[in-house]
Amino acid sequence: MDNTIIKLENIGMVYKTGDVYYEALKDINLDIPKGEFVSIMGASGSGKSTLMNILGCLDKPASGRYYLEGRDVSKLSMNELADIRNKTIGFVFQGFNLIQRLSVIENIELPLYYAGIGQEEAKQMAEEALELVDVTGKNSSFPNQISGGEQQRIAIARAIVNNASIIMADEPTGNLDSVRSHDIMNFLKKTNEERGVTIILVTHETDIASYSKRHITLKDGRIIKSDLEALTSQ
Amino acid sequence: MKFPFLLDLKSAFKTFTRNKIRSFLTTLGIIIGVASVIATISIGQGASAEIQNTINSMGSNMLVILPGTTALGGVRTGFGTVSTLTLNDAKAIRKDCPAVKASAANIRMGEQVIWRGNNWGTTVVGTGSEFTYIRKWPVAKGTFFDRQQVGSAANVAVIGQTAASELFGLINPVGHIILIKHIPFKVIGLLSRKGFNAFGQDEDDIVVIPVTTMMQKIAGITWVNTIFVSAVSSTDTTLAENQITALLRQRHRTQPHQPNDFYIRNLTEIAQTANTSSTTFTILLAAIAAVSLLVGGIGIMNIMLVSVTERTKEIGIRMAVGATKKDILKQFLIESAILSLFGGIIGIIAGAGISGLISTLTPLKTIVTVEPILISIIFSLCVGIFFGFYPAYKASQMNPVEALRYE
Ligand SMILES: Nc1ncnc2c1ncn2[C@@H]1O[C@H](COP(=O)(O)OP(=O)(O)OP(=O)(O)O)[C@@H](O)[C@H]1O
Ligand SMILES: [Mg+2]
Repeated sequence: MDNTIIKLENIGMVYKTGDVYYEALKDINLDIPKGEFVSIMGASGSGKSTLMNILGCLDKPASGRYYLEGRDVSKLSMNELADIRNKTIGFVFQGFNLIQRLSVIENIELPLYYAGIGQEEAKQMAEEALELVDVTGKNSSFPNQISGGEQQRIAIARAIVNNASIIMADEPTGNLDSVRSHDIMNFLKKTNEERGVTIILVTHETDIASYSKRHITLKDGRIIKSDLEALTSQ
Repeated sequence: MKFPFLLDLKSAFKTFTRNKIRSFLTTLGIIIGVASVIATISIGQGASAEIQNTINSMGSNMLVILPGTTALGGVRTGFGTVSTLTLNDAKAIRKDCPAVKASAANIRMGEQVIWRGNNWGTTVVGTGSEFTYIRKWPVAKGTFFDRQQVGSAANVAVIGQTAASELFGLINPVGHIILIKHIPFKVIGLLSRKGFNAFGQDEDDIVVIPVTTMMQKIAGITWVNTIFVSAVSSTDTTLAENQITALLRQRHRTQPHQPNDFYIRNLTEIAQTANTSSTTFTILLAAIAAVSLLVGGIGIMNIMLVSVTERTKEIGIRMAVGATKKDILKQFLIESAILSLFGGIIGIIAGAGISGLISTLTPLKTIVTVEPILISIIFSLCVGIFFGFYPAYKASQMNPVEALRYE
């Protein structure tokens, strides 16, 4: 199974609020081949973000095993997970999540600094990434000086700048109008097709999910559908 | 090397320039603390230097012997007016005390001195030929009288700078004849300038003549007011004191049960005591100032906690793109250290300014030296790191998912 980039075995996630335990994910089994464009759908509270956080190594599963590029990462320390996030995973969030105090170019450079890449090289790599997402002349602008669509492109540039092999996008179009949403989706699709980056997308809009080839549907913390078929309206 | 240090610095500076007023208020505690450390130490250093100066100007390892009260006849007479010390005591002290290098017996009187109709009331001191050595007070012009002139009670005088300018104006006094109590004295020397003593008296308002001449022709007495003694070295002053005590008791035939009929002032010792107490005072003041530095540190901790909370989302983002706990810890530690260092530097400038003001507006002398500046810089860095540690640690322990969800 050389081609499998992500393999989940019986993943479970439990949240504790006060004395109450809540099972946000139950017995998740999932194989994602390298270069796939997968969308995760489901009702609000079905566990999409929870799954995404585990896949993105932001959080550790309560049970089960997670193999990322063949390596069991479910028991790694937070520092080892930080290194994986830095080198393997890029994030695109609903709220863009750019650091307001840093300029556009500095935001894109951020993962490179934590990777220990020198200032000159980092700057060059960031500029290349910025070109890929078609934003020009905004290098030294600050996030609040550019549009939401542009901010999300900057976030995509930040996600791919360190040559991540996976992009985790949690409702990346949630804060954008439909024109800009499709624009962003085209960028993600292009990144998937041209650079072979595996993309995992969380959305609850079918037309957004239709950019992907494979659709996974969650309900109450379980995968109820995982197919390559065309979407049936929910 | 992971994450260039310079970028953390740059980011820290950015944070402060964005929030200038807040940064300033935060560091006010440090500024006040460092400024008061610098100012108080500069006052202390100034006082020490002053005392050191006084020690040096007083004379070489000097002891002063004063006559005491005599119990003889049961009449206790006033200080300095009793007649227990003689010229021969002074001679014997020099001859028989190994720890003594020089001695001079003195008689001091206020007299009118006249030169060509100019009249000036000054202090006339009769003393020995070793006066210039003991008092570390060389002549500027001419010569001092020698042992022979003292032995023959010659009518010669050496004049101080103030008395000279009052009597002679700009004229060189050496070679002229002055009158003291209508007796003519030839001025053979002009003393160098000594300035004011620790009691604010002008030391240069003086005319010095041989002690013998003073006794026989001016005062008409056989005893002396004081004996100045110079010990062989600064560490021998106490030894000299003991030897002199033993010698004088023997010479004065003091019975073992009787108290001394003289006093010895060990000026070196007194000055050293004064120096020690001024050092203690400085340390005390500096300790109080250090407390305000601690208060300043708490201010920094407070604002860093606020800053960490405000920037929770940023911390989440940094963690998402690969920052480890250590990276976050380092970032906030550098920020608080820079903040505190910045306060320290402003404090040093303010402290130096205050110290300058004190020395111009008050009679206190202040000296700003390198050590307190270096110590302040290191101290404020440490305060920043110490008080910044808890907020930075808190930031580094954040859960990335929760930090990202923070609005
Ligand atoms: N930190 C947490 N503590 C307690 N419960 C949590 C926590 N995070 C999520 N949950 C719960 O887990 C469940 C799944 O949450 P999750 O955020 O994964 O849903 P989602 O599918 O992303 O929903 P949405 O579409 O609204 O974003 C929800 O019921 C939520 O309340
Ligand atoms: Mg969600």
